[in-house]
Amino acid sequence: MRRVVVTGLGMVSPLGGNVETSWKNIIASKSGAATITRFDATDYKCRIACEVKPADHEYGYDASLDVDHKIQRQVDPFIVYGISAASEALRDAGLDTMTEEERLRAGCSIGSGIGGLPGIESESLVLANKGPGRVSPHFVHGRLINLISGQVSIKYGLMGPNHAVVTACSTGAHSIGDAARMIAMDDADVMLAGGAESAICPIGIAGFAQARALSTGFNDTPEKASRPYDVNRDGFVMGEGAGVVVLEEYERAKARGAKIYAEVIGYGLSGDAYHVTAPHPEGSGGYRSMEMALKKSGLSLEDIDYVNAHGTSTPLGDELELGAVKRLFGDHLSSMSMSSTKSAIGHLLGGAGAVESIFCILAMRDQIVPPTLNLDEPSESCKGVDLVPHVAKERKVRAVLNNSFGFGGTNASLIMKAI
Amino acid sequence: MSETADRVKKIVVEHLGVEAEKVTEDASFIDDLGADSLDIVELVMAFEEEFGVEIPDDAAEKIATVKDAIDYIDSKQ
Repeated sequence: MRRVVVTGLGMVSPLGGNVETSWKNIIASKSGAATITRFDATDYKCRIACEVKPADHEYGYDASLDVDHKIQRQVDPFIVYGISAASEALRDAGLDTMTEEERLRAGCSIGSGIGGLPGIESESLVLANKGPGRVSPHFVHGRLINLISGQVSIKYGLMGPNHAVVTACSTGAHSIGDAARMIAMDDADVMLAGGAESAICPIGIAGFAQARALSTGFNDTPEKASRPYDVNRDGFVMGEGAGVVVLEEYERAKARGAKIYAEVIGYGLSGDAYHVTAPHPEGSGGYRSMEMALKKSGLSLEDIDYVNAHGTSTPLGDELELGAVKRLFGDHLSSMSMSSTKSAIGHLLGGAGAVESIFCILAMRDQIVPPTLNLDEPSESCKGVDLVPHVAKERKVRAVLNNSFGFGGTNASLIMKAI
Repeated sequence: MSETADRVKKIVVEHLGVEAEKVTEDASFIDDLGADSLDIVELVMAFEEEFGVEIPDDAAEKIATVKDAIDYIDSKQ
């Protein structure tokens, strides 16, 4: 099987419009949570979110760097974020100008969990209030989930596989895992892989709140709301943004002298077959997904130094993931670290697995693991697990595991190691 | 420049993201301003909203330049 490495990173997050700003702020224990500004959420149970900040903000995002004004107007923000992250990743890899021959073997696998929810909502209102003749001609292709891959392939002329995963909050991790397999199976030599989301709109917040998934008890102290593993956690905080990596066949990357961040060595997938929103009560789906990734990687438990947890800050989910990690890692738990960066940037849903995989890679690059914010009072079951409370921790990081679990009972785990 | 021309050009600049200087009356939406057929559908909708006129499909198909749009709108007002 051909080996697959990561040679480029790109990100738009609530803590930065690019990879390095986001990472610097994550390591500095900053929170991207605040009162919702996109719409008046006064009457909503949940009035907070981790929004991507405007360009004039200290760690804001400037869409115009990589996305034409016309496209920004026509498509939903999740696509705009995805194009920006993909552009940054390609530049980082030094692959933003490839020959036609190279581009025939380069593709995209950038998905989303929900897609263009804000635009579906607003155009539905146009339809209801003004009639069918006023609905935008760009409505459909400006909202479709595979249109990040579509737009990016057009912008950069990438003619290889064009794919988009839709597995709720596991999308980003599945996208990277599936794309790595496309390279391993010789369908492509280069793949842009990741996920994006932007669903901070009235129907998105109302819908997740009605599903009892969002934090509602910290509306006056937004930065305290995302608190994975803490006894007072009460749901996740919605985030938005995008993460995209450049995956490349190892020999090709080596031959062109590329900067190689990490090798993707393990990928596990499973289904809970239990409930649409609640995780399996024994965490068995997450366990099997991690176990499969570990088996494929050929590593032993002791080789994993850091786990970037799914850890969304929901009462049930955090506990079950923790239980599954404990059962799998056993005695090795005492020498590894595990944290949830959702404590800082919220839950990016379809973007989460990709953004968090990038944090894992940077943890290996910089030999420092990001913190779990707001872990003031760990729940009883946290005993013996280093959840990196409050502040980042310098330590040896050779191999990392990233977990992502989604509605529908879909689980993905990725293992990467330094090379 | 007529008031109609001013308002038409403003809409074109905003929707197509082109520089105002490029939006001359002779400019073709597709050849000079980078629009595709769906962009023209959207522009026609924006003209209808702005000027309170109805531009039927057969008339919209004949609007190729900025001047075509201005003339059509003026003829209906």
